Amino acid sequence: MSASDESRFEPVRRIQFAFTDEQEQFRSTIRRFLNDKSPTIEVRRLMGTADGYDPEVWRQLSEELALPGIQIPEQYGGAGFGMVELCIVTEELGRALLCAPYFSTTVLAANAILNAGTEAQKSTLLPDLASGARLATLAVTELNGHWDPREIELVATPVADGYLLDGVKSYIVDGHVADLLVVAARVPATVGHAGLALLTLRSNSGSVERRLLESMDATRKIARIDFRGAHADLLGSLDDGAKPLVRTLDQAAIALANEMVGGAQALFDSAVDYAKLRVQFGRTIGSFQAIKHKLADMLLEVELAKSAAYYAAQSAAADNPEWPALACLAKAAASETYLHTAAECIQIHGGIGFTWDNDTHLWYKRAKSSEVFLGQPNYHRELLMQRWGV
Amino acid sequence: MSKVSEAEVRAEVRTWLAANWDAEMSLVVWRNKLADSGWGMPQWPEAWYGRGLPVGLARVVEEEFAEVGAVGVAKSGVRLLAAATLLEHGSDLQKKKFLRRILTGEDTWCQLFSEPGSGSDLAGATTRAELNGDYWIVNGQKVWTTSAHHADYGMLLARTDWDAPKHEGLSFFVIEIKQPGVDVQPLKQMNGHASFNQVFFTDAKVPPENLVARVGDGWKVAMTTLAHERRGADGLSAPSKRGSRTGRIYVEERAEIETANQPYRWYPQRAGRVDLVIERAKETGSNRDPHVRQEIARLMIMAKSAEWTARRARAAQQQGRPQGPEGSLGKLAASNVARAAAHVHTLITGAEAMLTGTGSPRDGIIAEILVSVPATSIAGGTDEIQRNIIAERVLGLPKEPRFDTGPFRKVRRN
Repeated sequence: MSASDESRFEPVRRIQFAFTDEQEQFRSTIRRFLNDKSPTIEVRRLMGTADGYDPEVWRQLSEELALPGIQIPEQYGGAGFGMVELCIVTEELGRALLCAPYFSTTVLAANAILNAGTEAQKSTLLPDLASGARLATLAVTELNGHWDPREIELVATPVADGYLLDGVKSYIVDGHVADLLVVAARVPATVGHAGLALLTLRSNSGSVERRLLESMDATRKIARIDFRGAHADLLGSLDDGAKPLVRTLDQAAIALANEMVGGAQALFDSAVDYAKLRVQFGRTIGSFQAIKHKLADMLLEVELAKSAAYYAAQSAAADNPEWPALACLAKAAASETYLHTAAECIQIHGGIGFTWDNDTHLWYKRAKSSEVFLGQPNYHRELLMQRWGV
Repeated sequence: MSKVSEAEVRAEVRTWLAANWDAEMSLVVWRNKLADSGWGMPQWPEAWYGRGLPVGLARVVEEEFAEVGAVGVAKSGVRLLAAATLLEHGSDLQKKKFLRRILTGEDTWCQLFSEPGSGSDLAGATTRAELNGDYWIVNGQKVWTTSAHHADYGMLLARTDWDAPKHEGLSFFVIEIKQPGVDVQPLKQMNGHASFNQVFFTDAKVPPENLVARVGDGWKVAMTTLAHERRGADGLSAPSKRGSRTGRIYVEERAEIETANQPYRWYPQRAGRVDLVIERAKETGSNRDPHVRQEIARLMIMAKSAEWTARRARAAQQQGRPQGPEGSLGKLAASNVARAAAHVHTLITGAEAMLTGTGSPRDGIIAEILVSVPATSIAGGTDEIQRNIIAERVLGLPKEPRFDTGPFRKVRRN
């Protein structure tokens, strides 16, 4: 098929397969910043703190790079870019394993507010998130650990001036430090997608009890929050139902897929470097075909997962109708690739790879938490089949 | 080369097509016009049937041809690999003698590289060429030769010096296939087709002017051929789809493509026929099986990601960026996709996967997938060789220790 045939059968908005020069420069800027601010010694230090991030680095990332508001429109104080730039950020953060409340604030909460909020709510809530002044998160999962919105049980009971939340949310990323909580709940006596709503409240309001959980991946802190008649405001309208939440989760899956391929690339690079250094039987281990072939297969897997993650981001940015299906595809691909790359990276390092002092386990654990976060690969593969009408 | 804009090229080719394209012309007459004008191979040098345009602008020309349904130069088989090789290494005499008739489709070519004793290790070729008086005399055997049964010429890699190291004792020749010393026999494959040939040489003759580059340069020249082979899309020829498609020239083009494609009707099947998976799942009802759904999704994720990876490589190339690792991965990805597709087709098909022939699902196509995919991870460089190439050239890992240095005469071989 000639190039001209392809161009005519493309969807209306063409999907870009290469980043622009500006996007590449943006990526380099972030990478330089992170090389400086997030060496693994810093990652290890922050893993051990209760808050799990460095407020000074967060301030710089906000003031110097404007990252927390990267995809937030300028009218709400953001930088006005889109999904592609957001995903460049998450890919670089994943690569550097930056410990910061970015995914929670920018990817989850800000997108939820953008998708669900009224004009007035967006104008009120988003500028503080865009400037990095406030942290926020989105609470979806409950004790049952499901990412499928239909499984949400937490009840929002309408009262005169808002809603009262009753129930427990868990596995909430950065739930222990977020100032603003966006909570997915359902109005009384509803099931499935019907009756779902997003609500906001301050985390310091009464009747909200937050507890930091001991997370296996200490670079991504998670919390449990108990709501006992906590007062919350409805975000947007009940008429939208589950749509804004589903859209937010799909966007998050794409951003996470990009974060994961960034991490997978870091692991892969480290495996190649080690294979070139380590000598056994009088040869560098990278000269053995057993290692070479493993690395070639890893490279293939990482590049394929990157292609899926990039394509999903480009499709979402272009509002290609297929993008929600591609979110599932990218998430499933990146989950398996990241974990597999992490396991193989440990294998290539041999004994040293299983030690605490070696850095590989930091990414391995992020791979493991990311595999589960937002839904495991089998969940996303099934959702992909449904969305493709199989 | 003077710098020209896309708009200028577009306008110029449009004007030329308006004045010259005629669907009632004979294919050969038309293609001679293409050769004379340079519009058939716009990226080739102006001295040799081209216009010296960069690849990006050559695509523009292709688009304009497609727009009016104009037929291009002959592209089937390995003819363009031969042409690219001769363009880079051939003498002016050779270019003059061979290039035009490659483009017009009057001559068909084949590639005589692989041997029964040297598959992955192509440089271990033992077919010999010895200069005897006025001719090089060729003896030996080649295998997996596409199109040899109707080829006019072959690109021959033969050993001319047994005391030189392996890679330095080879020379590259153009050999006439239709001569008494060349015997072409079909080679039947495990899927029942016979798409390739074995070619036996018994005192076959090559005139000295058909030596390409110098004696001992064979490996270097063959690497050029292989580089173009890797770059090019492997697959069946297809006519352009637009334009009225009626007229003498289209009849001739269809016949040409029919002949070229005939032995390779199973090629889509060796790639796994991912396109059939979802409709097969629906028609068999296996789309209700949660395990099958998971496996279909796995396959589709891999296949789509491979497709997008190829698009990324092309986009980077079009933007003039240095090629990233994504450009070297296509072949390995295709093997994985083909294997996974055969696995999923089997899951979907169930007991009927034990059948073959016209009484089996999809008129035998499913069975043909199952017995054709093993070719994908072998043909054109095995997966293992691909992994070595990726590891050494892309990742910069050290080479394996070698046991084939020194005079080739003393190297262990089959």
